Amino acid sequence: MESLSHIFAAGTPLRREALRDVNFRVETGERVGIAGHTGSGKSTLVQLLAGLLKPTAGQVLLDGVPAHGHNTTARDRRRRMGMGFQYPEDQIFEGTVFREVAFGPRNAGLKGKELQARVTWALGMVGLDADTVMERVPYTLSGGETRRVALASTIALQPEVLILDEPTAGLDPRGRDELLTQIGDWHTRTDLTLIVVSHDLTVLARTVDRVIVLRGGRVSASGPVRHVLSGTATLRESGLDPLPSVLLLEQVRAGGASVRIDRFLPEEAAAEIARALEAGTRSHVTRRESA
Amino acid sequence: MAPFIETRGLYHVFRLEDGRQIAAVRAVDLTIGRGEFVALIGPNGSGKSTLARHFNALLLPTSGSVWVDGLSTADPANLWRIRRRVGMVFQNPENQIVASTVEEDVAFGPENRALPPAEIRQRVDDALALVGLRDQRTTPPQMLSGGQKQLLAVAGALAARPDCIVFDEPTSMLDPRGRHQVMDTIRRLNSEAGLTVVLITQAMEEATAARRILAMDRGRIVLQGDPRAVFAQEERLADLGLELPPMADIARRLRQHGVPVSPGILSLTELTRALEAELRAGVTPC
Repeated sequence: MESLSHIFAAGTPLRREALRDVNFRVETGERVGIAGHTGSGKSTLVQLLAGLLKPTAGQVLLDGVPAHGHNTTARDRRRRMGMGFQYPEDQIFEGTVFREVAFGPRNAGLKGKELQARVTWALGMVGLDADTVMERVPYTLSGGETRRVALASTIALQPEVLILDEPTAGLDPRGRDELLTQIGDWHTRTDLTLIVVSHDLTVLARTVDRVIVLRGGRVSASGPVRHVLSGTATLRESGLDPLPSVLLLEQVRAGGASVRIDRFLPEEAAAEIARALEAGTRSHVTRRESA
Repeated sequence: MAPFIETRGLYHVFRLEDGRQIAAVRAVDLTIGRGEFVALIGPNGSGKSTLARHFNALLLPTSGSVWVDGLSTADPANLWRIRRRVGMVFQNPENQIVASTVEEDVAFGPENRALPPAEIRQRVDDALALVGLRDQRTTPPQMLSGGQKQLLAVAGALAARPDCIVFDEPTSMLDPRGRHQVMDTIRRLNSEAGLTVVLITQAMEEATAARRILAMDRGRIVLQGDPRAVFAQEERLADLGLELPPMADIARRLRQHGVPVSPGILSLTELTRALEAELRAGVTPC
């Protein structure tokens, strides 16, 4: 992506610059997070990546080809990308869960046992039991189950690049953890390129290696996930809630213990604090002995 | 606290197209007091939304009964009186907006009831003041942020002057700023305006704002109590696929590392205080 800018409704009173001068590169197999609050330009960026919008200036290149192009190469590139939209339940249109999830793979030429297996796999990825839900009518599912079905239909295409916009909104905690783990495993097994868009930093902490933070259409922070998610001031300025564990580590450090702020997964934070307390006690014992 | 919503032996059964039946709510006996703040938690598909839709007669019992302010939902004559007493706010604010300015959107309900203009004006002004959208009253809803759109939906519900609002995952599509705006408003409506609140949520830190938490699993209420009591049942919650609020989760992990922080810690302040005490105990000469 090169010097990307996007202006909505240019030349009208509603003119709104959604993105300005955004540059980044995502390599094959990379896991990148895009964070920002509503209006930061996240969704515009995602639509540009998927070739759904044409940039006002600059360009989005997918494997060297402009994303919004009309030629067959551009179409082929877009076909290798899978998009999970923010309101996935709006994209459901088939009469049964099976037909919904099978729609994409069937169009791609899969049939019979192969198709069946792909649908079962995709439903498994989102934590649904294929036998129980396959013949259900989508509107009889609960809100969270509907989300999962919509996600499964994106995943069923087995794209090379998977873009997920707020993938865990509305999922229960177990569903969220399972989905993130499954996608992580999929990434490990293949060279899936993963782009996760979210304002929930706990989701990014568990899924990506690098984070780009958008604020008012510009990049406000970018770098390795541990570095970016430890920068609480910038995150707050960008309208994001820093991770609870990072806030706790900051407090513990302010209280005089020597801890690393970037141990941001809950299990890491607990281990880090326990270690620092232990070290504090030890140094106290040493001091007493030497006194 | 006087009971406001009561369910006795409530079942709700959905019939699927293939003839199979699913009991989404099973044998629920529940009393929610007037002015209470109740959080409803549970996995996707556990019956939370189905149960909550009985609280304003959007759904009627397959068997058992539901009373709202003493009115049975099964009696069609009570329908509108019940709907006026219990409002609903859903997950996606976009689906709840009907007009082209904020105040017209809020006026939609009162206008449909053909209330006198002065009364409508008063209700709209009061509702917008309660959610903090007075300055945006002439703004087109599409210019509002996600959080403000959800507050607009809350104002629309408030214009009916309800005694209770059921919030069905009102923050799950909002960014952090929007979440804070909506949660602060819900808390204020309960504590200052005395509104009875039922909050369905997947965010455990939001559930800690309630006076009582009800956890559902496969149609039944399987766990209930005040937030500290519920979140102290760590294993039970894990079995249900639910998590602890972030600080309670870190506190649990600290205990596993042998750091003696007490169960029942829910907030950053509480955990920081407990750890400072630990730190002092470690370094103060004795």
